[in-house]
Amino acid sequence: MTTLKEQLKQQIIEALNLEDIHIEDIQDEDPLFGEGLGLDSIDALELIVLLDKQYGIKLTDPVKGKQIFSSINSLADFVAQNRCK
Amino acid sequence: MLYISHYIQIQKGKVYKDGALYFEDSNSEFKTFAKNLYQSLEVQYPKFYKMDNLCKLAFLASEIILADNTTLDVALIFSNKEGSFDTDIQHQQHIQHPDEFYPSPAIFVYTLPNICLGEISIRHNFQSESAFLIAEHYQTEYIRPYTDFLIRSGKAQKALCGWLKMIHGNYEANLYLVESAGGLVHNKNNIENIINNNLNI
Amino acid sequence: MKPVFLQESHIISPIGIGTEENFLSVHQGISGIQPKTIHPVLGTTYIAQIEDSSLQDIFSSLALQEQSSRIEKMAIATLDPIVKNKKPIANSLLILSTTKANVQELSYNPQHGNNIPELAARLAKHFGFLNPPIVLSNACVSGVMALSLAKRYLQMGLCEEAYVLAFDEISVFIQSGFHAFQALSPEPCKPYDKDRKGLNLGEAAVACRVSLEKHPDSLRIAGDANINDANHISGPSRTGEGLYLSITKALQEASLQPKDIEYIVAHGTATLYNDEMEATAFHRCGLSPIPVASYKANYGHTLGASGLLETVLMATCLRKGYLLPTKNFKDLGTSKAIHVLNDGLQKDISIALKTASGFAGTNTALILVKE
Repeated sequence: MTTLKEQLKQQIIEALNLEDIHIEDIQDEDPLFGEGLGLDSIDALELIVLLDKQYGIKLTDPVKGKQIFSSINSLADFVAQNRCK
Repeated sequence: MLYISHYIQIQKGKVYKDGALYFEDSNSEFKTFAKNLYQSLEVQYPKFYKMDNLCKLAFLASEIILADNTTLDVALIFSNKEGSFDTDIQHQQHIQHPDEFYPSPAIFVYTLPNICLGEISIRHNFQSESAFLIAEHYQTEYIRPYTDFLIRSGKAQKALCGWLKMIHGNYEANLYLVESAGGLVHNKNNIENIINNNLNI
Repeated sequence: MKPVFLQESHIISPIGIGTEENFLSVHQGISGIQPKTIHPVLGTTYIAQIEDSSLQDIFSSLALQEQSSRIEKMAIATLDPIVKNKKPIANSLLILSTTKANVQELSYNPQHGNNIPELAARLAKHFGFLNPPIVLSNACVSGVMALSLAKRYLQMGLCEEAYVLAFDEISVFIQSGFHAFQALSPEPCKPYDKDRKGLNLGEAAVACRVSLEKHPDSLRIAGDANINDANHISGPSRTGEGLYLSITKALQEASLQPKDIEYIVAHGTATLYNDEMEATAFHRCGLSPIPVASYKANYGHTLGASGLLETVLMATCLRKGYLLPTKNFKDLGTSKAIHVLNDGLQKDISIALKTASGFAGTNTALILVKE
């Protein structure tokens, strides 16, 4: 699970062009949207593509998405339970 | 009579503002050059890193040329030959093979050349007129009178105009700011000198 | 400032050839939106695509070059009747509006495909324009903003007439992008409706002529403005700032009050955010009681063509004294109340407003007046 969280952080940094942000800067429980990393609506859509590409998970419900993306912890839980890759 | 108050010319690792060398980093390809120039400006604008190459170029050129500007009603008129081609081919790569079909929203949004107008409007809070034109060469014959018209008719107080080339790693930004006072007359000769990278204007 | 008039027009779309036929189709509630699969991964989606057999007939009758791209042939075929009716003169201006032109060429020619200036030059040469064309690429407002540019160039005295040609076609390039944005509806779109689920893509080519002459059918372009939200590159401003300012400036230029507007043809793409933003902006402008329509459920979103397509149909409404409705609208789903027309209305009107919005925070408002 720790490796998955680190992997997710690295993937997020790359996919969202978060220059000057490193794995150590992202806390597992910090909000990803709003405060914290300050991600926006395009970033949310990009995370959906990431889930599909890296983990074979297809997410189409934006309401569910908001909850899944609330932090690295919630994201890692969701990926661990639903991944096909 | 309208005037050009400032102009900027960026190409091959060099940035000239109003004819004087402003920044140089001739050894880097665009991505590194842009990052180094951005960091030299000491601005805090992390959205910069999400932009595509054309928008980064437009952002950097505008940031420098608008350093003294406090007016909000600044019209934007940009032009180039290739549109958003530089990003179009990236999006195409993401959809070229049915087995590796992952279109990216962050790339797709930049497959419109006028997005750079949006990025600059957001950065400077310009709720103003803006237009992106595509042409083989800079259409001074159309853009000069249009700029005059926008300002004289009260549709804008100033106008930032120019040419933004970005294709296959080759880049050029030649922008000029038009307003009621400035060092150069807003005429065909001066515009063409700026667009053609002539430094002795 | 010299008055500038919208003259004749032509449309090639999935529901008609010619402005008259398109008007009748929308009048009869006909839609070009059908379930189709254009790519195995995207699957079946609802799009409005022109039947190739209809296009072939037109292209053959005009003896168009086989090797030209489909979109180029569509563009030529649409401007052709306008030019046949009145040839360009020495300083006539050609203004093109397109968001992606022949972008599908990139799938087999990634190095040099989709050279837009060359396409524009071929179009200008084909029709005998002596001056280089202007190509406007301002996302989905381009079609109506091109009219705004035409008016301004005539008022500047640069020319006495302008031909405006707007076109875009369905492609995997564009469809895949909107798919990534989760903006596509899984059913025919429902503008302003509480059950709206997104947009359908479409394609069209539209042409018109703009000049200083006043004929019985001429409509004056009384005011126009193109103001950016300065908010977000893909999402519209929640307060509808840019659209509100565009409408306000257009009204000011036309010396009109909001209550003088008798019909609005809006953007109405049926995405959650666009329609909500428009309702907010119309409300802020005091336009809530004015009948508003979107034609997106007849045509889908035709991108660079949409602004001109919808303006030309609005012009026809002014000329015929009939307000076309919003197909597929039932119950309002915006937080600010607006008067969405869901049935056609026989009404003699003189003043109508066209609005459009697009990626990069663009907005355009343009007012037509029948005198």
